[in-house]
Amino acid sequence: MALTLMKGSEAIAEAAIRAGARFFFGYPITPQTEIPEYMSARMPEVGGCFLQAESEVAAINMVYGAASTGARVITSSSSPGVSLKQEGISYCAGSRLPCVILNVMRGGPGLGSIQASQGDYFQGVKGGGNGDYHLLTYAPSSIQEAIDLMMIAYDKAEKYRMPVLFLADGIIAQMMEPVEMPDMVDFKVDPEKKPWACTGWKPGDDPEKRAVINSLFINTEDLTVHNAVLQEVYAEARANEQRWENYKTDDAEIVVTAFGTVARIVKTVVDELREQGVKVGLFRPIAVWPYPYKALAETALRDSVKAVLDVEVNEGQMLEDVKLALEGGKPTHFFGHCGSQFPTTDEIKEKILAIKEGM
Amino acid sequence: MAVVFEKTPHLTDKPFHYCPGCNHGIIHRLVAEVLDELDLDGDIVGVAPVGCSVFAYDYFNCDMIEAAHGRAPAVATGVKRAKPDTLVFTYQGDGDLASIGTAEIVHAAHRGEKISTVFVNNAIYGMTGGQMAPTTLVGQKTTTSPNGRDEAWCGAPIKMCEMLAAVPDSYYIERCAVNNNANIIKTKRAIKKAFQYQLEGKGFCMVEVLSTCPTNWGLSPVEAMKWLEENMIPYYPLGVYKDKGAAK
Ligand SMILES: Cc1ncc(C[n+]2csc(CCOP(=O)(O)OP(=O)(O)O)c2C)c(N)n1
Ligand code: SF4
Repeated sequence: MALTLMKGSEAIAEAAIRAGARFFFGYPITPQTEIPEYMSARMPEVGGCFLQAESEVAAINMVYGAASTGARVITSSSSPGVSLKQEGISYCAGSRLPCVILNVMRGGPGLGSIQASQGDYFQGVKGGGNGDYHLLTYAPSSIQEAIDLMMIAYDKAEKYRMPVLFLADGIIAQMMEPVEMPDMVDFKVDPEKKPWACTGWKPGDDPEKRAVINSLFINTEDLTVHNAVLQEVYAEARANEQRWENYKTDDAEIVVTAFGTVARIVKTVVDELREQGVKVGLFRPIAVWPYPYKALAETALRDSVKAVLDVEVNEGQMLEDVKLALEGGKPTHFFGHCGSQFPTTDEIKEKILAIKEGM
Repeated sequence: MAVVFEKTPHLTDKPFHYCPGCNHGIIHRLVAEVLDELDLDGDIVGVAPVGCSVFAYDYFNCDMIEAAHGRAPAVATGVKRAKPDTLVFTYQGDGDLASIGTAEIVHAAHRGEKISTVFVNNAIYGMTGGQMAPTTLVGQKTTTSPNGRDEAWCGAPIKMCEMLAAVPDSYYIERCAVNNNANIIKTKRAIKKAFQYQLEGKGFCMVEVLSTCPTNWGLSPVEAMKWLEENMIPYYPLGVYKDKGAAK
């Protein structure tokens, strides 16, 4: 199949449309504004709806409404805007609405910067909104991977009836790469498959089939039952939806953990250091929720592994999950910068060589 | 035996949880009667607010969505855009619509969103136990304005009909009350008009209904209705604030 050179933001937007998304609600914010711009022109061509909301708060609530009808719906934003969406995301999770949310992360906290960052890992996988909930969270490290993940995102969201979050960084959205764009999926709302959705009901119909999209359970017993259902769903997702990549870790003495664009920088480092005879490999979670704890433990707790290095563009947020996976089993180091400064290959090499020195 | 009165099909059998003398019950009934009369074959989605009417999803006998506090107009927008042939209405209190949800209601009106809003203004936060709302009258005592609302400190009560009538693409805005039979009939007519305009593809419609909260006003149901007539109606005049569809 032919490769096309595409900008990340546009490729991700087009992939969402190919995956059946027909409703986009969003608000401009750098570095993802090309996504709503693309959607504003493209949605009408496929009979879909692009609507610029008055805020990210409104946008996620429009998602909540449209997703309640069973449609495939998407919103995108960047960090400060995603903060505003957290209330709505928690409601989507509580009401079990499938939908896709893109966070093209930029530097923080506050207004931060408009450059790429990984500072919203905690927000994405450790909550963000209120209550016990999770989002299926993908952290693509290339445009092609973002496209491929988008093509399964709605199926997963609908299977588990939970929102899917893309934790991408500004670099993925802004760069251009040759990609293979999949064919358009033929999606229609099937009321049989989505008995929970608002697809039309009238008095006299089976009362069980009346749609009530709701996250309120005022009796503690009922809320406990509701949460137990959510936890079952999360357990199933944990069992089936872990995704990761091992890169040259088989004989590695040092395992580097990284996600998203940083993992690509690390791959270059791995290749270059291997040429110098340093046995280093990369473990890259593709889904950061559910986190591939077991796979990481199997990779990094081998006898050949002497140390683990986690590299991120934040204070070491994923580092907490790395440590949970290793349970203190290996010396674990961290390298990174907060904000938007991506580590260079030289910086990472230097860190790895220093660790090797001390082994 | 002839049936002279029965429950409307568009209300479920669930007993209302509203306090004695609360107007929410009357307003629910009117909305449900209008839904019966429109005979829409199930293409209805109601959006419930956060407030005393949060359980509206248990009462209105149609597909229902419970929205976050103040966000009902945005949720309704999502539904309407996804299903343009569906009648979509929001039912919201004054804390929900006139405080935390001002951006959502103003912009739904601004976009000329083809939804209908039933706005129940009882000049107080009922559900949380009687705190000051943006609609609380000057001098009115609440749990967060114990000495009465002080205009110099927190402004004069907000008038949503007047405000939304000024938005270019709002279509029909009327303020009603359910304090006597004549006004109850007028309110029902207004709700029906708002829903019919939506079905005709016209723009944003809102019917504000002045309502009592005997419990948090600290009055009996009868006193509460009197208080509404003597204090609320003079400040919030009843009537049509905008009707783009009125015969010229
Ligand atoms: C985000 C958020 N803030 C605050 C609340 C608490 N809360 C619940 S109902 C309510 C006020 C509702 O008052 P109103 O809209 O006037 O409706 P009423 O109860 O009077 O019918 C508040 C503040 C909430 N549920 N969510
Ligand atoms: S607290 Fe007030 S608004 Fe709420 S049900 Fe009671 S009377 Fe009605």
